[in-house]
Amino acid sequence: MKYQSQRVALGYFAVALSLFAVQVLAGLLAGWIYISPNTLSVILPFNIVRMIHTNALVVWILMGFFGAAYYLVPEEAEHELYSEKLAWAQLIILTVGALGAVVSYLVGIHGGREFLEQPLWVKVGILVGALIFLFNITMTSLAGRKTAITNILLLGLWLLSLLWVFAFINPDNLSLDKMYWWFVVHLWVEATWELVMAAILGFLMLKLTGVDREVIEKWLYVIISTALFSGILGTGHHYFWIGAPGYWQWVGSIFSTFEVVPFFGMMSFAFVMVWKGRKNHPNKAALLWSLGSSTVAFFGAGVWGFLHTLHGVNYYTHGTQITAAHGHLAFYGAYVCINLAVMTYALPLLRNREPYNQALNIASFWLMTSGVAFMTFVLTFAGTVQTHLQRVMGMYYMDVQDQLWLFYAMRFGAGFAVVLGAILFIYSSAVIRRDRPAAQAALQPGE
Amino acid sequence: MSEVLTKARARNVFYGGSLFFAAVFVAMVAQSHHFIVSSSTASQPLTDQVILGKQVWEENSCINCHTLHGEGAYFAPELGNVMTRWGVADDPEGAYQILDGWIQAQPSGIAGRRQMPHFTLTEEQTRGLAEFLRWADHTDLQSWPPTDAG
Repeated sequence: MKYQSQRVALGYFAVALSLFAVQVLAGLLAGWIYISPNTLSVILPFNIVRMIHTNALVVWILMGFFGAAYYLVPEEAEHELYSEKLAWAQLIILTVGALGAVVSYLVGIHGGREFLEQPLWVKVGILVGALIFLFNITMTSLAGRKTAITNILLLGLWLLSLLWVFAFINPDNLSLDKMYWWFVVHLWVEATWELVMAAILGFLMLKLTGVDREVIEKWLYVIISTALFSGILGTGHHYFWIGAPGYWQWVGSIFSTFEVVPFFGMMSFAFVMVWKGRKNHPNKAALLWSLGSSTVAFFGAGVWGFLHTLHGVNYYTHGTQITAAHGHLAFYGAYVCINLAVMTYALPLLRNREPYNQALNIASFWLMTSGVAFMTFVLTFAGTVQTHLQRVMGMYYMDVQDQLWLFYAMRFGAGFAVVLGAILFIYSSAVIRRDRPAAQAALQPGE
Repeated sequence: MSEVLTKARARNVFYGGSLFFAAVFVAMVAQSHHFIVSSSTASQPLTDQVILGKQVWEENSCINCHTLHGEGAYFAPELGNVMTRWGVADDPEGAYQILDGWIQAQPSGIAGRRQMPHFTLTEEQTRGLAEFLRWADHTDLQSWPPTDAG
C-alpha cells in the first residue's frame, strides 16, 4: 500500500464479501425450494428469497467496484484520496441502505420491478452514495496523474451512476416501463460495467505481468470500443417481445452477436499480456482469478449469451431456464471473478503482507468455477427440455416443471459447491495465520 | 500496426464511435416509445384500473416468481397471456372472478407442489390486477409466445 487512504478499500471489500455470503446462501435456499417447494413457503416465500439473492449480488459487486476504485485510483493518480472521511461516509450510507433493503424485504416492503425492488429511501441512498463517490474519486483523479485506466474506470462509473436515474422512472405503460428498465439493467451489465471490468483487468495486468503501460492502455481502448459499439444497440435483444417495433429483432440480433467480441478481446488480451510479460509476480492466485475471469466471462456472457440471442432462437427460449443458465455463468465470470481477482491482489498489499493462503484461495477458484459451470450445464439441459415441451409442444408450464426435477436437484448440488467455495474464499482472505511473515520478511521456498 | 493504431487514435475512435451509437440508440428508442404508445399497446385504454393493477403487481413482487412477457423469475408460469389461457381475455367480469378464485385458493398446501403465497387484496385491487393482466395480454408482442402455454 503506497498511499494511506487506499485503506478504505478494506472496508468496502469486507462489506462486499459479507453480502457475497448472503447472496450465495439465499441462492442455495432458492435452489432448495426448487426441489422441496414446501420449504418455508409461508414465512419466507420464494419471491423474497430471490430478491435477496439478486439484490445482494448487485450491491456487493458495486461495493467491490467502489473498493477497487478506492484502491486503484490513488495508485494510478499517484495522489492520496481527496477525502478519506467522505469515502467512509459513503460506505456507511451504502451499508445501511443494503441492510435496510434486506430487512424491508423480510417484512414484505419492496417495489416490484425486477432487481430494482429497493424502497425509495434506499434508492435515494444509493444515489447519494454514488454522488459522494464520483465527487471524491474525480477530485482525486484531477489532482494527480491521469491515466487511461482511471479514465475508463471513471467513465464507466459516471455512466452507470447516471443510468441509475432510470431506476426512479416507472411509466404506467408496462411496455414503456420495460423499455426504460433495460436502460439500467442492460446498459449496466452489458456496457458500463464492462468498462469497469476492463479497467480493473488492465490494472491487474499492468501490475501482475509488467507489460508496458502504453500497450495495455491502447488495447483497453480497443476492447471498450467493441464493448460499447456492440452493447448499446445490443440492448435491442431485450426489445424483441415487449411490444417494441419488429426492427429490433434484426438490430438486436446483429449487434448482440458482436457483443461476443469484447469478451473474446478481454480473454485474448489477458493471455497475451501474461505471455508477453516477463514479471514473475508472487501473487499466483490473483493471476488465476484475472485469467479465469476473462475466460469464464467469454463463455458465460459471450458464448452462452450468443446461444440464445438470435431472435429466431430467442422466440422459443426467451424466459426459460436457458436464460437462467446464461445469467449465472455470465455474472460469475465477468463480475464476481473480476472482483475476487482485485481483492486477491489488493488484500495482501492493504494488510502489509506477502500474498497469503494462496493454496486455499486457488482451491476456492476451482471449487466455485466448477460449481457454477456445472450449474450452467444442468440449467442449459433443463432449459432445452423446457423449450421443447413448453414452447414447441405447448405443454403447460407446471407439467413441464415436473419433468425437470432431476436437473434442479443437480443444480442444488452445484450450488452447494459454490457456497463451499465462497466460504473458503472468504476464510482465505480474512484469516492470516500468525506464523506467516509480514511483507518485509523473505519468501519461503514453495510459498 | 503499432504506428497506425496509437493510443490516442484508439481513444478517439472509442469516443467518436460510442457517441454515434448512443445517438442512433436514442433516436430508435424515441421512435419505439411512439410506436408502443400509438400502436402496440393502443388496442386497450390505459385506465385507472390498469394503473392500479400494475401497482398491485409491483407491491406484491409477483415478478420474482412469475415472468411477464418472458421477463422475471422462472419459478412460476408466464402471466403475460394468462387471460388468454383462461379464456377471459375479453371478459372483464370473468377475468376478475377467475383471478379472485385463484388467489383465494392459495397457498394450496399440496406437498411437493410449488406454493403461491396468500395475498390479501381488496376487491378493487383484484379487479385492477385482472384488468392489468388483460391489458398486458392485448399488447402486440410480435406474436410471442409461440404457444398459449406461455
